[in-house]
Amino acid sequence: MKIAITTTGDNLNAPMDARFGRAQKFIVYDLDSNSFEVVDNQQNLNAIQGAGIQSAEAVAKTGARAVLTGHCGPKAFRALSAAGIKIYNISGATVSEAIEKFRSGQIAEAVSADVEGHWS
Amino acid sequence: MIIAIASGKGGTGKTTISVGLAWALGSSAVLLDCDVEEPNAHIFLAPEFQESESVNLLVPLVDESKCTGCGLCGKICRYNAIAMLNQKPLVFSEMCHACGGCALVCPVGAISEVPRAIGVVERGFAGAVEFVHGRLNIGQVFAPPLIRAVRKYAKADKITIVDSPPGTSCPVIAAIRGSDFVILATEPTPFGLHDLTLAVEMTRALKIPFGVAVNRVGIGDDRVRRYCAEQNIPIVLEIPDDRRIAEAYSRGEFLTDAAPEYGALFKALPERLANMARGC
Repeated sequence: MKIAITTTGDNLNAPMDARFGRAQKFIVYDLDSNSFEVVDNQQNLNAIQGAGIQSAEAVAKTGARAVLTGHCGPKAFRALSAAGIKIYNISGATVSEAIEKFRSGQIAEAVSADVEGHWS
Repeated sequence: MIIAIASGKGGTGKTTISVGLAWALGSSAVLLDCDVEEPNAHIFLAPEFQESESVNLLVPLVDESKCTGCGLCGKICRYNAIAMLNQKPLVFSEMCHACGGCALVCPVGAISEVPRAIGVVERGFAGAVEFVHGRLNIGQVFAPPLIRAVRKYAKADKITIVDSPPGTSCPVIAAIRGSDFVILATEPTPFGLHDLTLAVEMTRALKIPFGVAVNRVGIGDDRVRRYCAEQNIPIVLEIPDDRRIAEAYSRGEFLTDAAPEYGALFKALPERLANMARGC
């Protein structure tokens, strides 16, 4: 199973990006093969509107089945849910710490958006 | 003649001037309150509304039995209102600007356009003053189509006064476009000057003749005045920083209630502005 983690960097030691829609990058991590790829989200960083929706579309294209991020707004939540992608809110961790927490079942699945749109 | 009252900074006297001018002109005035996100001219004029119409946008509705999941609709949408997820378009109609592009590019005719109400236009009279305003529905963010619906009630044979929203973005452009003269209200403070310069750039880009109204004269400094002199911008109106005017405003009264001398000034204003617009 693949999971997507929002990040500001391009390796597993990089800090997470607290934002989902305007996250700088996604690390798409394959839990089975322990390999990952970096997906740039630059085009959504500067979107006039609907960054969360487009980020959800970008994540869906990678085949990820779960998103680990700081915060997720209502439109992104609706889009991710429509794609069957689960959302996990986690803050202040590096990418690898987030993956370990997810793997050991320490983070609960979000059941709704945890912030309004444009929260930052 | 259409006179729009706009400003960069909010709270500089657009409504004070708009309703004062309309009230002084009486039966020869039509007031269009185009600040549809927070209309307030009706608080002063207390009009009786005779008509109300709903304003709709046409937004996409996808027939999933016809959709092949090609994704062209999502690609053409500049406003990210359609996401392709699991080969199915998911429409966020609140993001839609109703351009119709998605229905046009759909190769199998799976998208029809359905009306979505964004607000209402209400019309009536306040005494002899003809009054029209728009009210954007709560939760809606896309104001220009509703503003254009209000603007349709501009009358060629009357003095049409457009009370614009503040700022310099799309709603303001929708409100002031097509006016014969724009009054830019400001206050003599650094903040007022800063936002005035933005409003001046906007009005110049639209090629509409304009002048400045300075409100609360006496506070701040003289930089607004100096800026206008340097830029050859006429100051068409000055309102002093007078507690009586503020008190009248807070009671929902007109400027002319607190300062009757503005009655004659307002009555003469349209002709002065028309002369300025002609370059006399």
